[in-house]
Amino acid sequence: MALSSSVLATLAEIVGPDGVVSSPEGRLVYECDMHTFYKGAPDVVALPRSAAEVEAIVRLCRRARLPIVPRGSGTGLIGGAMAPSGGVMVGMNRMDRILEVDLPNRCATVEPGLINLWLTRAVQDRGYFFAPDPSSQMVSSIGGNVSTNAGGPHCLKYGITVNHVLGLEVVTGAGDRVQLGGRVVDRPGYDLTGIAVGAEGTFGLVTAITVRLLHAAEAVKTVLASFSSIEHASEAVSGIIAAGIIPAALEMLDALMIRAIEEGIGAGYPKGAAAVLLIELDGPAAEVEAQAERAAAICRERGALDVRVARDDAERALLWKGRKEAAGAVGRLAPTYLLQDAVVPRSKLPAIMREVLAIGERHGVQIANVFHAGDGNLHPLILYDDRRPGELERAKAANEELLHACIAMGGTVTGEHGVGLDKAKNLPLQYADADLNFMYRLRGVFDPDRLMNPGKLLPAHPACGEGFRPARPRLPAGAWI
Amino acid sequence: MASLPATLGAFRGADAPDLEALRKCVHCGICVPQCPTFRVLGEEMDTPRGRLYLMRAAAEGRLGLTAALGRHLDLCLGCRACETACPSGVPFGALLEATRVQLRRHGPPSRHRLLEAFVFAVFPEPRRLGAVLAALSVYRRSGLRWLVRATGLLRPFPRLAAMEALVDGVPRAEPLPAVVPARGRRRGRVGLLTGCVQRHLYPGVNRDAARLLALAGYEVVVPAAQGCCGALELHAGRADAFRARARALAAAFPADLDFVVTSAAGCGAAMKAYGHWLRDAADLGAKTRDVLELLAEAELPLGPLPLTVTYHDACHLAHGQRLRQEPRALLRRIPGLTLLELPDSDLCCGSAGVYNLLEPAIARDLLERKLACIAATGARVIAAANPGCLLQIAAGCRARGLDVEIVHPVELLARAAERAP
Repeated sequence: MALSSSVLATLAEIVGPDGVVSSPEGRLVYECDMHTFYKGAPDVVALPRSAAEVEAIVRLCRRARLPIVPRGSGTGLIGGAMAPSGGVMVGMNRMDRILEVDLPNRCATVEPGLINLWLTRAVQDRGYFFAPDPSSQMVSSIGGNVSTNAGGPHCLKYGITVNHVLGLEVVTGAGDRVQLGGRVVDRPGYDLTGIAVGAEGTFGLVTAITVRLLHAAEAVKTVLASFSSIEHASEAVSGIIAAGIIPAALEMLDALMIRAIEEGIGAGYPKGAAAVLLIELDGPAAEVEAQAERAAAICRERGALDVRVARDDAERALLWKGRKEAAGAVGRLAPTYLLQDAVVPRSKLPAIMREVLAIGERHGVQIANVFHAGDGNLHPLILYDDRRPGELERAKAANEELLHACIAMGGTVTGEHGVGLDKAKNLPLQYADADLNFMYRLRGVFDPDRLMNPGKLLPAHPACGEGFRPARPRLPAGAWI
Repeated sequence: MASLPATLGAFRGADAPDLEALRKCVHCGICVPQCPTFRVLGEEMDTPRGRLYLMRAAAEGRLGLTAALGRHLDLCLGCRACETACPSGVPFGALLEATRVQLRRHGPPSRHRLLEAFVFAVFPEPRRLGAVLAALSVYRRSGLRWLVRATGLLRPFPRLAAMEALVDGVPRAEPLPAVVPARGRRRGRVGLLTGCVQRHLYPGVNRDAARLLALAGYEVVVPAAQGCCGALELHAGRADAFRARARALAAAFPADLDFVVTSAAGCGAAMKAYGHWLRDAADLGAKTRDVLELLAEAELPLGPLPLTVTYHDACHLAHGQRLRQEPRALLRRIPGLTLLELPDSDLCCGSAGVYNLLEPAIARDLLERKLACIAATGARVIAAANPGCLLQIAAGCRARGLDVEIVHPVELLARAAERAP
């Protein structure tokens, strides 16, 4: 779809000529996020610097009936920040200011393009941090975190993004700039912040975010335990949780993932182990000390080959660098991969990991694993080389089988990455018609003309816009989600 | 780069970027916030991830060698901070250089043709550079400079103005002896690269480097006939000129040296890449060491220097040669010296070879960020191990009226060595 010159001219008036990207080369680099499998270049990219500019962009798009696709740092894993039907992509990188830090009330208000880790960097000298820590936190924007309701290793103890968002300013698809929630926690009326977090840009464009800040714990200890099998490691996870310990983070990495990390980063993970657990405990010093010992003992009881505690902050930081950059290091193993984000009940971890190995063997694909074991949130990376005939098809078949295996065990189709384009088709596995239709109607309140991030989050609906009516049963009662 | 007879998408003939290396990028974006042009521009085309995507599109035949591709690669400072950040080990610098070679040979003409012609006729030719600097020196003292600045004559010519502002004084260069004998326990025999900008504008750094190396036990050989290492040409995609300089430099140094040492990070990084580009100078490349790399392994008698210092990571030392701890450890060995960490110490200062002359607006933005970080530390002395950084930061401090001293770490080490008991 070619844009009219008047649309381009108006955009340039709104954001300035240097805020409009319309060259073929410029549009090309915005055609995908980290899920490079899905490509769709926008007709133009606008790079606003203020909420007022965002509002003007939405008004323009409503007049011209152009799709609007928001984009943060482009680190999403679900094909959320790409433009399957063209239109205007709104890149938020230039709206990256910290508008206010209010330490007495433990909150901050930021623009959506601010990089997650930069907020913690701005307040850590004073003993505070922003808790949601997706592994991409050194790159991903808080706006993107809010849109996908991102999780992260430390969400086991601290909760996911929605638990840390107090209020939002949103320019809705209807063109209204509205305040949802606010810095005071208990507000009268609907919890609109709750439904807008995780909306993946289908409600509108987030222009400001008020988040909680937490006070850093008195002490932190990080334990690294290596195992001769994934099953032993999985049993140790169950043992730690059963003992009543709530680690700040409880992460598992398998041998293939360790190889990529050690080649790329040299973080100090033991190369021979079939699996390692990264266990972090934080809180009052005495409690952390006791829990670290208890967790280490449980790992040894479950057959750990080696258990060690990081000696200092530098070693801790390096272990975490390895964990957080794991997905980025996969380029050392294969040029392309499919990444799952399914969740299973924690008790099913040993069973599902056996299934992962079996599926990999059945389809002849390598699968690297790095995941939030404490939450039962899997991230199998199914490796393939797109130039070798048949590999992509095998990877896709393994991916589908894995997803169904997770759901059969009472899990969900996605944990923390969001739905995007990638998993929209899987939502009917999870929700009944009535549930999905209700979501369509809710979306229509914010975005009556269906301009906001089309094709994402909800499965494609019939052209008449009547809603979604697949003939699929609801999940069995009692399914664990 | 292996010479490829076939075409690779838009790339043709020898010196094409390595497609396998391009395919290592999994688009994670960890490089993005580390990229200086992302910090300034906030757009994907001017991030390492975006540039790799464009290079790969060209390699896969989705994109030609267009002017816009050239522009986004021109805007790259070549600082290689993305390589430090990349968990998958994408060799961005080598890919960038190869793509620039392709653009130069087969792409549209550069937009800075005149200025580039001047730069490449002068900078890598020590004698011509010396003549230009001498002329600048006369200009500075004659009162002409006062007149030019007072009338704002250069205001419509930002690139000339950037050049004019960069050079303040030209010190009198005393030539180094051809051989500086080792002192104390002998560790080996090394050659010293005197550099182009370095020998004219920072002759004291070369002198201090030679003295410290001698003190560390090295006999230092300083061939008089040595030329340029070719770094500027490598970064500009002038592969043939670069190779010719590398060959000439390899011939200028005796073959039996243990190491060839430089105190200019940009030269060192380029020389260490010789093996990647040509066989004839691979041996010189393998023997190349930064002066701080060698000194960090040696014992040096150092006396007290009660100074508060902050250290700026020159890109081609920290990212290009992965030397971060060595310079800091050396400075910490000086009794009485307090080393303060500089925020964003490894974010480019905007100098980047001749980038500050070609792209003055972005270079100035980066310099302002650097100066703000320096001011925040409260340090009175800034150490940096590359002449480009020294010039750029010094020009910024003069313009801002910051009362700080800008030195190469070897200058501090030499001063401390003089005070050794």
